[in-house]
Amino acid sequence: MTPLADEFQAPGLGLFEWPPIISGVEWFNKPALLALVAALLAIVLMYAAFARPKLVPRGMQNAGEMVYDFTKEQIARPFLGKDSDRWMPLIFSLFLFILLGNLFGSVIFLQYPFMANIGYPAILAIGVWLLVTFLGMKHNGAWGYFKGIMFPPGLPGWIYVLVAPIELISTFLLRHITHCIRLFATMMAGHLIISLFSEAGWHFLFTNLTPLGAPVGVVAVIMTILLTAFELFIQALQAYVFALLTAMFINDALHPAH
Amino acid sequence: MSVVAEVTGNLGSIGYGLAAIGPGVGIGIIFGQGVQAIARQPEAYGLIRQNMILGFVFAEALALIGVALAFAFQG
Repeated sequence: MTPLADEFQAPGLGLFEWPPIISGVEWFNKPALLALVAALLAIVLMYAAFARPKLVPRGMQNAGEMVYDFTKEQIARPFLGKDSDRWMPLIFSLFLFILLGNLFGSVIFLQYPFMANIGYPAILAIGVWLLVTFLGMKHNGAWGYFKGIMFPPGLPGWIYVLVAPIELISTFLLRHITHCIRLFATMMAGHLIISLFSEAGWHFLFTNLTPLGAPVGVVAVIMTILLTAFELFIQALQAYVFALLTAMFINDALHPAH
Repeated sequence: MSVVAEVTGNLGSIGYGLAAIGPGVGIGIIFGQGVQAIARQPEAYGLIRQNMILGFVFAEALALIGVALAFAFQG
């Protein structure tokens, strides 16, 4: 079967490859620009909220306190308990940065969650990995840290032959790799699906309008709207989850199960 | 020899379909049990929801790795 000239082409990985904005500066493409904007926006928003804190919060401070309170009560406190104040700056920054970055996927004209390029979540996950390993070794000693991972107490002796390598790989490496892949893949898949439906809508309703194709186009446009709403939820959820798991890993490093 | 039936497209999508089975079952169990737990003990809603999301996230990771690998191993 030869493909027709006006056949619908589904969008592929080309969606995630961006040319540099200024020719010659290779690294400076749209995701890099959005990452910078997200970081600056987080700083500006928090400055506007907390530069001159008042006892009775108004306007921006109210909103800022809501987000901070949510992060503290829902993300940090359940895992870190009384240590949560100490780690709030890290967890709050991660949450806000990822939330803003993800929501860029649904902001018109920006419409690109830069976490869909693996470098951005990877660097965050590597940072968390280094921090957690350092903390674990500092609090339990190098051997104590690996012993806590590999030999969880309370199991019959022979089973450690199986448990030790599995736990070592899973705790030391895999959970941090999935920490990164989770954020990356949800953002990538979400962007891909929304592009697929919006491109199908464009193709069947504008560039190639046929009586048979038009209903498909209408369905595609409706799906685009519905999935954008769903993506908003997923984007917020992934930011929450990334911060939540960071808190959990930090707690695991500080207080290993014993 | 004439070809009777031909399959075109990417094997990655089949791989993703297979990868989604396990997490699909797992997420169903997690949220089913979670809703049941909330119905039994509505006052523990916050705690249950938190652990539900945590379990959901671990199960979901497998499906997401499936998405990523479908693209990574694309010939």
